[in-house]
Amino acid sequence: MKIDAKDMQHRQLNMTIRDAVESGNTGLELDNVNGQRYIGGGMDGDVKITINGTPGNDLGSFMNGTEIIVNANAQDGIANTMNDGRIIIHGSVGDIIGYGMRGGKLYIKGNVGYRVGIHMKEYEDKVPVIIAGGTAGDFFGEYMAGGIMILLGLGSDNGVVGDYVGTGMHGGVIYIRGEVDPRDLGKEVAALEPGEDDMKLIVPLLKEYCGCFGFDFDEVMSRGFTKLVPLSHRPYGEMYVY
Amino acid sequence: MKCDGIPSGCAISGMISETGRRVDGRAVMKSIACMHDRSNGLGGGFAAYGIYPERKDQYAFHMMYDDFEAKEATEEFFKEAFNVDKDEPIPVHRENGIHNPPVLWRYFLEVPENKLRFISERDYVMKTVMELNSSSERAFVASSGKNMGAFKGVGYPEDIGKFYKLEDYRAYIWTSHGRFPTNTPGWWGGAHPFTLLDWSVVHNGEISSYGINRRYLEMFGYRLELRTDTEAIAYLFDLLMRRHRIPLEQAVMALASPFWKNIDRMEPEQRKIATAIRQVYGSALLNGPFSILIGHSRGIIGLNDRIKLRPMTAARKDDMLYMASEESAIRTIAPDPDKVWSPKAGTPIIGILDDGVE
Repeated sequence: MKIDAKDMQHRQLNMTIRDAVESGNTGLELDNVNGQRYIGGGMDGDVKITINGTPGNDLGSFMNGTEIIVNANAQDGIANTMNDGRIIIHGSVGDIIGYGMRGGKLYIKGNVGYRVGIHMKEYEDKVPVIIAGGTAGDFFGEYMAGGIMILLGLGSDNGVVGDYVGTGMHGGVIYIRGEVDPRDLGKEVAALEPGEDDMKLIVPLLKEYCGCFGFDFDEVMSRGFTKLVPLSHRPYGEMYVY
Repeated sequence: MKCDGIPSGCAISGMISETGRRVDGRAVMKSIACMHDRSNGLGGGFAAYGIYPERKDQYAFHMMYDDFEAKEATEEFFKEAFNVDKDEPIPVHRENGIHNPPVLWRYFLEVPENKLRFISERDYVMKTVMELNSSSERAFVASSGKNMGAFKGVGYPEDIGKFYKLEDYRAYIWTSHGRFPTNTPGWWGGAHPFTLLDWSVVHNGEISSYGINRRYLEMFGYRLELRTDTEAIAYLFDLLMRRHRIPLEQAVMALASPFWKNIDRMEPEQRKIATAIRQVYGSALLNGPFSILIGHSRGIIGLNDRIKLRPMTAARKDDMLYMASEESAIRTIAPDPDKVWSPKAGTPIIGILDDGVE
């Protein structure tokens, strides 16, 4: 089912989407989206939403199982506290994406902004995944508490990731394709060489990711990865104790 | 006009035609309206450059008065301080959502030569603005530059734009702001842009170094009377770039300084400059989250704080440079830009009028 979102306020658009899903539609295509917030917010079930245009902030926030495909760039706060489902962005995105994310997958073709995956977390089988094909701004994985983040930096030889990577990180794992300048690392992370188990973890994810965007998997794997893990699970446990 | 604490993020959008093509206010209004939800109706405003070409050599003062008594008193002051070539009400039309507007009047002023024996013309105008804003509780200068003006007030920005009939103005630079005041009152004089001479600033964020910046600016004769942190940014640009003649790149280094650890990584010559700037202008450092657009007579500057705590997207299409808090606010007026990007923290985006543009 197609919905023309031109000049629609976000409330109106999101109500139209919910009504369409409640009446049994499982495939929605939104045309002329521009800036409407909260699309897919809190939605669950086997629904696929295709967005043509630039969606507004907090795309897929609290989402619990839907699939969203965006055929454009997207803005800030994507997958805020997302619980399950998959978001695929055929473009670049803004800041604080995956904020407090606790499940599901967020795949971005291009660049990502600042503070990606801030406060991301995991619990048992709920392990959120963010993969970005381009470069990232500062504070990648800030205060990260769980989950998996992979940054590929395709088409970029150096400076794949910004400064203060993993500052305050105390859980989860980050894989960055290529080298990371140690001066850009937060004090709370260690850089390691990925082992066999790491490859077992990321190869299926990367295959799925490449499939979404038509990337050449072998080319993605043609460079090694740097693995970043937290040094401590309680980096600030002593901060206020003297 | 002044009121006390209304508890309460923000939206900014701006554009420049670098070839000096003047476009009317409908595009900037449409852009800022796209981000309606970032504001709460307690402030909206616009700065426009190139709007008074027939009087481009005169200072255009946009004034806000609580009442006609304040207007009369200020006009006495103007007669003494300037040659008043023309004065007229700023055209408005009543719009839903705009309540209790002040008396809005504009003046086209020249500085008499006998005032300039010991002071430059622009310093004189700056002093006059400071004096006006600090001497009366009922009269405020909304803008004081040449061939430019600020149009601001309490309301949503799209309503403020309609109120001021911005569709009737044509400008080569536009900036706009939708306010969501959090720390300071929403009142007419406190709406963005904040201006002085040709400088105008619209700001999303908060300046937590306001106290330090304010005390520093006061040493150079600035008086901060508008009860909002953003005011300090406008005066810092005036101090650093106009009065101290510091090039933009270094002025930005003072306001959004590189961290010491990054200065240590610079080439020796660059490191010397950055160190000197931080040492001399430590009190001009803007701490806290901000994304700002600065308008001036020759262009527009977009700048984020050093760790990008506020959003900013930029785009180019032909002769136009656009900057806004959200990409959608650009795409609503330029659906198919040549290039879209997110500026890096602490790195200015600069739009400049071509040399030939008058």
